[in-house]
Amino acid sequence: MNLLKVVGPVMVGPSSSHTLGALRIARFVYKFIEGRPEEVSFILHGSFSKTYKGHGTDRALLAGILGLRQDDPEIKNVYEIADKFNLKYRFLFEDLGDVHPNTVRIRVLKDGMTHEVEGSSIGGGDIKITFIDSVPCELSWDYDTLVIVNRDAPNALKSILSTIKVNVANLYLRRVNLLQERALTIIELDEPINNLEEIRKLPCVFECYFIRRDD
Amino acid sequence: MFIWKDILEMSRNIPLHQVILNMEMFETGVDPDEIKEKLSKMLKVILEEAETQYGKKHETLTGMTGDNAFKLRNHTPNFLSKFSYMATVTALSIAESNASMGRIVACPTAGASGVIPGVFNAMVKIFNPTFEEMLEAFIVAGGIGKVIADKATISGAAGGCQAEIGTAAAMASGALTYYIAKDAEKVGNAAALTLKSIMGLVCDPVGGFVEVPCVKRNGNLVNIAISSSEMALSGIKSVIPFDEVVDAMKKVGSSLPQSLRETGEGGIANTQTAKSLVSNLKIFLL
Repeated sequence: MNLLKVVGPVMVGPSSSHTLGALRIARFVYKFIEGRPEEVSFILHGSFSKTYKGHGTDRALLAGILGLRQDDPEIKNVYEIADKFNLKYRFLFEDLGDVHPNTVRIRVLKDGMTHEVEGSSIGGGDIKITFIDSVPCELSWDYDTLVIVNRDAPNALKSILSTIKVNVANLYLRRVNLLQERALTIIELDEPINNLEEIRKLPCVFECYFIRRDD
Repeated sequence: MFIWKDILEMSRNIPLHQVILNMEMFETGVDPDEIKEKLSKMLKVILEEAETQYGKKHETLTGMTGDNAFKLRNHTPNFLSKFSYMATVTALSIAESNASMGRIVACPTAGASGVIPGVFNAMVKIFNPTFEEMLEAFIVAGGIGKVIADKATISGAAGGCQAEIGTAAAMASGALTYYIAKDAEKVGNAAALTLKSIMGLVCDPVGGFVEVPCVKRNGNLVNIAISSSEMALSGIKSVIPFDEVVDAMKKVGSSLPQSLRETGEGGIANTQTAKSLVSNLKIFLL
């Protein structure tokens, strides 16, 4: 654990795993879909579903999906902010199976597109994103992250990687749909990229999302 | 990995706070000036929040706490020195602000976030130090916290409350000692004396929420930090060196049953009053 993490971070209370971690999972989704959704459902599992109000997890999740930062004093008033933006939100409770006790699945609707992301708050504000649009993964969001839906065809990955100019820290590639020839590639990078449009224009790339880490 | 013995060795020729920044650079590759800059931002938030929240009433998430800082602020102390009194009011204020989703610095954790503001706010009000002097003491606090985090744990779920509020208090006593004496050996003694005094403290939050007993523990533990620092400044030594105390704390933590590690199942969380409080809370919580 580095010195800054021992001494910090700056956040809103009362608990790093129930507020900070929850907010970061939702804020990851906010950055993934590049803005506020019109509708959101938070599906809470385990300890999250039992104690979410007493720990302020509900407000942390709403704050994250609206793009608030982890140290924003407005987080406690987030229900009013959500109403101001006409955000439709729901909290649902479900057993998500053999997952971490502090797990939430977030379903969002934005510009007619639905996305679903699942993540766990694993302690001290650290998170693990475990599913993006039903593809399993394991992201810490300690890196700048690229999520790409690409053609499931030879040389697709090669052309993506040759377009990325910065160092790749971790890489996942999984087939999503064989018939539609679709695969999902997740790339964790050491630095932000500045040629996102170039990647988006590649013939093998259907969708491309870039989620910058918070400083 | 930070080991106190090594830090002490290196601080013979270099000031302790500089040794800590240098060691962090060796470990992470981050420039000491950059680390210092980030730490100074955190210290500023700590001081700002201490000023704003001091003695205020808070509407906490469960309502089990919220007016303790207010009560103490409106009370004339019989026993506490001006310094200890201010530190105690501040620690309660920040812990209650934390329980009401206020902005805090998780130094070292959210649940134990009142202790460090307690000593620094009192320092400002009583001694009127420069920001640089406070920052140096804050870096020393960070170094102590990191020794504990590296060798043991600072999480209540892993090591009990001794690891959370114990770390906060050890950091605070080290910071106070460094501010007054600039003496690394005394800093280590203060931290060791603190941690030994709270060895074995369990994590038993009522209903699992960060309010009872967490808020008042912040108020009490800041005083153990102060008295340990006073003892160390007088030349009293910890018979057991700080590193070994941390190792012992780790062993005690891992031998605690699950029910006494933040599950809300043991200790005071398992009392009749706690159970009936929680069952009343559930009505509006779920």
